[in-house]
Amino acid sequence: MRDVPISNCEREFLLAIIAEKKRVDGRQPTDLRQVKIQFGSNFGSCEVSFGKTRVLATVSSEVAAPKQRRPNEGILFVNVELSPMGHPSFEQGRQTEESVELNRLMERCLKESRCVDLESLCIVVGEKVWTVRVDVTVVNQDGNMLDCASIAAIAALAHFKRPDVTVKGQEITIHTSDERDPIPLSIHHMPLCVTFAFFHQGKFLLIDPQEREERVTEGKMVIGMNKHREICMLQVTGQMLLHQDKVKQCTKMAFVKVVEMTELIQEALANDKTARSKGEKCGFAMSSEKEINTTVSPAKLVEDVSKTDLPMSSDSDSGSEQEMVEAGPQERPVGDSPKVVGKGVAIIGSAAVKKWEEEEERVKGDKKGKKKKEASVKEASVKGQQSRPQASAYF
Amino acid sequence: MAAHMDRIVLPGDKISDLKESETSKKVVLGPGLRTETEDVYACKPGVLKFKEPNVYWIDTHQKRYVPVKGEHVIGIVTQKAGDIFRVDIGGSDQASLSYLSFEGSTKRNRPDVKVGDIVYSRLLVANKDMEPEVVCIDSHGRSSGMGVIRSGGFLFKTSLNLVRKMCNPQCVLMKSLGNKFPFEVMVGMNGRIWVKGRTNKETVALANAVCAAEHMTNPQIKAMCHRLADALAGFE
Repeated sequence: MRDVPISNCEREFLLAIIAEKKRVDGRQPTDLRQVKIQFGSNFGSCEVSFGKTRVLATVSSEVAAPKQRRPNEGILFVNVELSPMGHPSFEQGRQTEESVELNRLMERCLKESRCVDLESLCIVVGEKVWTVRVDVTVVNQDGNMLDCASIAAIAALAHFKRPDVTVKGQEITIHTSDERDPIPLSIHHMPLCVTFAFFHQGKFLLIDPQEREERVTEGKMVIGMNKHREICMLQVTGQMLLHQDKVKQCTKMAFVKVVEMTELIQEALANDKTARSKGEKCGFAMSSEKEINTTVSPAKLVEDVSKTDLPMSSDSDSGSEQEMVEAGPQERPVGDSPKVVGKGVAIIGSAAVKKWEEEEERVKGDKKGKKKKEASVKEASVKGQQSRPQASAYF
Repeated sequence: MAAHMDRIVLPGDKISDLKESETSKKVVLGPGLRTETEDVYACKPGVLKFKEPNVYWIDTHQKRYVPVKGEHVIGIVTQKAGDIFRVDIGGSDQASLSYLSFEGSTKRNRPDVKVGDIVYSRLLVANKDMEPEVVCIDSHGRSSGMGVIRSGGFLFKTSLNLVRKMCNPQCVLMKSLGNKFPFEVMVGMNGRIWVKGRTNKETVALANAVCAAEHMTNPQIKAMCHRLADALAGFE
């Protein structure tokens, strides 16, 4: 199906508010959306959502012959698929410019940064090695698929465990998980992508652009980086010129985001591990949010679902208003620190607090270096909470 | 027929004991219901709805628009092709809009429509075998609010059930928002909503309020509008 066109009205409005350093979802220009990492019940499956963008990564392994030129190394294979349910413009089995770019960037990010120790995947030199395959599927596209996919892929790789193998002479035994505990891959570092979108001749930039912001952007810059401040990949697309200082400024911002996200991944991994060791239920089903549809006669529907004694008529219960709002979906985790919500889940919500006006402060902080910046960010978010405790998460 | 009211059904569920009209002994099946041999089955997941005397339909959470004759939709002009404009209304096919179907337009006096403009229009033809056609006039040749919208504001897309919910007279969303501050709004049944507040900030807040109202009940919406007004006032 063809793409949905963007109207002049949307374009003009988006550009106008970006020039005012605001965004349609109430975020600051340098804020991420709510990032959520969930692990499946199998090892090596991970779903990451950035707001409404959702990406699923699955890791699988099999034994195969190594490449001729690298006989003692395993093989890492990365594949990105744009599922047709993700967006009306995605089609099954057709390579578009978008999907090729995404595939290539993911390959550069994961394979060429050599983040997975491939030598440990060797079984018999020149004959048998493990092939690790990362399948990334975009389940829903609402912009910034690459950042989302890069987190999903690396988190899935870190979560994955391959079966144990013993070699005795000519005999190779692959043990089932009952016989011997499966072995995790050794991950040297976690390269993550951060996307910057530029507007008004590179004057304004946004981190983590939404789909509609991506459509009106002049160009994007992607920085792949790990928490040791090593740049693994850098790419600029679109028709724009960038000043050297801007690139440097972006790498600084990318570093802060990468540290934040690496922390979040580790938090989620640890969380999943403890849930598993305790024998609790884990997997996607345990961590999905429930939304109630309230199309017509809403009070009744709530009653049906929750089996509680809510008043039938919607007008009579003004007393319980505050309570109901608290239970409503508009309550989001507040603040910049990762929040643990459920088993195998961690959420970060910098978009949760409204702090448009404090943006200047943050940009100034950027230039003074990383440590000061972090301090000012924390200050800003604390201020935001104190001055407007009643402000809803969305506005 | 209390047993049927607001029951959640899934595709494949058999729906029995339908209430027939007393005179004609017939039942009207709306969207989401179909007959297979003698029985009626649900073909969409959602809430089964009933209206006196004999109308049944399923209310679903859906984003894909299926054009219905007579509905007001917001379209985006994608192409100017001679005498007609091609308009994207979110359906499977683009709709056509004649240059003569604007108020006061003649062969000489053509309306000023550009590619990318948004038009509030009404579906004149909506048929599964034909291309949909939209017009920007009513049967008296008046615009009655329809036409090209070029006065700023913001257009966004929501699910179809949110739009239906907003248009329901029992829904308090528009009323409670309107009590707090003035704004303009245009709701298309194809899931597109255009809003314009006094400032850009208000427009953003309005758009978010409408989107947030999707999974809220009436009291929650009221409370949310309260907080929104407080938050907006607190900004200055």
